[in-house]
Amino acid sequence: MQRKLRTRSAARLGQPKSAKPSFRLPFENIVLPAIAFLVVLLVWWVIAKFFTTLMPTPWEAFVANLDYILNPFFRRGPGNLGIGWLLLASLRRVLIGFLLGTLVAIPIGFWIGLSPRAMTAINPLVQLFRPVSPVAWLPIALSIFNLANPSAIFVIFITSLWPTVINTALGVASVPKDYLDVAQVLEMPRWRQMTKIIWPASLPYIFTGLRLSLGIAWLVIVAVEMLTGGIGIGFFIWDEWNRLSLSSVFLAVVVIGLTGLLLDYAITLIERWATHRPAKAI
Amino acid sequence: MVKSSQYSQPSEQRQAESETDFLVVQDLVKAYPSAGGDPTVVLDNINLTVGANEFIAIIGHSGCGKSTLLKIVSGLEQATSGGVFLEGKPIKKPGADRMMVFQNYSLLPWLTVRENVRLAVNEVCDHLSPRDRTDLVEEHLAMVNLTDAALKYPDELSGGMKQRVGIARALAIRPKMLLMDEPFGALDALTRGHLQRQVLDIWERNPQAVMMITHDVDEAIYMADRIVMMTNGPNAHIGEILEVPFKHPRDRTALRESKEYYELRNHALGFLDSYFEQMS
Repeated sequence: MQRKLRTRSAARLGQPKSAKPSFRLPFENIVLPAIAFLVVLLVWWVIAKFFTTLMPTPWEAFVANLDYILNPFFRRGPGNLGIGWLLLASLRRVLIGFLLGTLVAIPIGFWIGLSPRAMTAINPLVQLFRPVSPVAWLPIALSIFNLANPSAIFVIFITSLWPTVINTALGVASVPKDYLDVAQVLEMPRWRQMTKIIWPASLPYIFTGLRLSLGIAWLVIVAVEMLTGGIGIGFFIWDEWNRLSLSSVFLAVVVIGLTGLLLDYAITLIERWATHRPAKAI
Repeated sequence: MVKSSQYSQPSEQRQAESETDFLVVQDLVKAYPSAGGDPTVVLDNINLTVGANEFIAIIGHSGCGKSTLLKIVSGLEQATSGGVFLEGKPIKKPGADRMMVFQNYSLLPWLTVRENVRLAVNEVCDHLSPRDRTDLVEEHLAMVNLTDAALKYPDELSGGMKQRVGIARALAIRPKMLLMDEPFGALDALTRGHLQRQVLDIWERNPQAVMMITHDVDEAIYMADRIVMMTNGPNAHIGEILEVPFKHPRDRTALRESKEYYELRNHALGFLDSYFEQMS
């Protein structure tokens, strides 16, 4: 919205739009979020201190986790790995499942975006499966693969399908008519219209789908690993809970959050590089 | 009120052209099916010829179907009956020989200025070597003074610059005819004046058939050889065709000082006003 307004006012002045972000005091950018974090830590501290004996206070948790934080990549025997290894194991599942999902979802989305008949055929399927928690697919996957790891990857694959399919189809179907008019006047053959006009025009939508897919995949992997066990950040949480080691759970929460943030940021970087336009906020 | 016939003093050049009849619009009707049963007739029995080097402006109120007429000439829309002929051949589909300049520029936002022009050149001039295509692109970027902005993306340009890209793109593929759909409509008054001058400069150096939709009487008189005035829709038809007697190259200031200019302007405005009153 803001971007739009800026562009319009710049057009009125007849000057090129400057890409400067609105200037804000560093005070606001650092102090205000810091206050919010402090409030959360305070609530945590109050709960740990007065309501439960299992939970460590923020400081106790930090001290207990110091070893994990300083040595993320230790190997102290089978099943006793640093949190860095666990994170990499989870990331590997998510990225494989996500890439497989993307490879299937983008062509399907493209196809149903182009063909109203394909849309009629496939849309009910998508609408039926989309609201299903991807974890519900786990027993089905286990029955097929008989193994935890491929099953986890399969669940991530399913997770990554829906947002990408829907957004790709939306992007393809809503390519501005002006661009297609240009293509027609230039007498572009249908195939080149797709590669030169429709594909680049729908890329921002596709990336919106990819960001949503990866975000949900990262949410789902934790739940899946809790159920399948093995090496991974999700099972780590459940395992530590079973040992009543809540400090590690808090560490995992922070690590999962930061990783999710980095994944999202990585996609926006790729999007900016691929589309030559800044990423939309979602 | 002045009669239009007073202005019809075709020069020798114009007469020579009219023998060839570069573009012919013949008994053209455009109707859309409507829910009520009877189709809505947008354009009713349009007949028009355009010479090979003639600059035509089409003027009329919003909704009179002037954009539809241009779209049919471009081939993006089909006539219900009647037809359009370019050099005697019927127009059935869009083609690069009738390149459009769009009101909202229609630049591809993921391509730079240079790439936008290059895309059109690559599509249309596939008989040229890459080297010649590059020359063609650079020549036309220079023509609209955009060489310095060649690496910018459309988002980084002002409206006037965007339309210059649109014009460079249209001219670079050397169309037989240029179709412009309110090309300056979205620009502020100052930019509009500059760009009108620039387009007219280019056209005066290298005349070709141009069909321009506008709702600005001054723009029409300044730029066009003939002004086609449309009545209001539905059932819009050509109300009157005005000859603009001024010789090219035209000087806007000198035009404004002539008595003829005001007679012409008042006549055109009078025509539009009479239909505006009908509307309200």
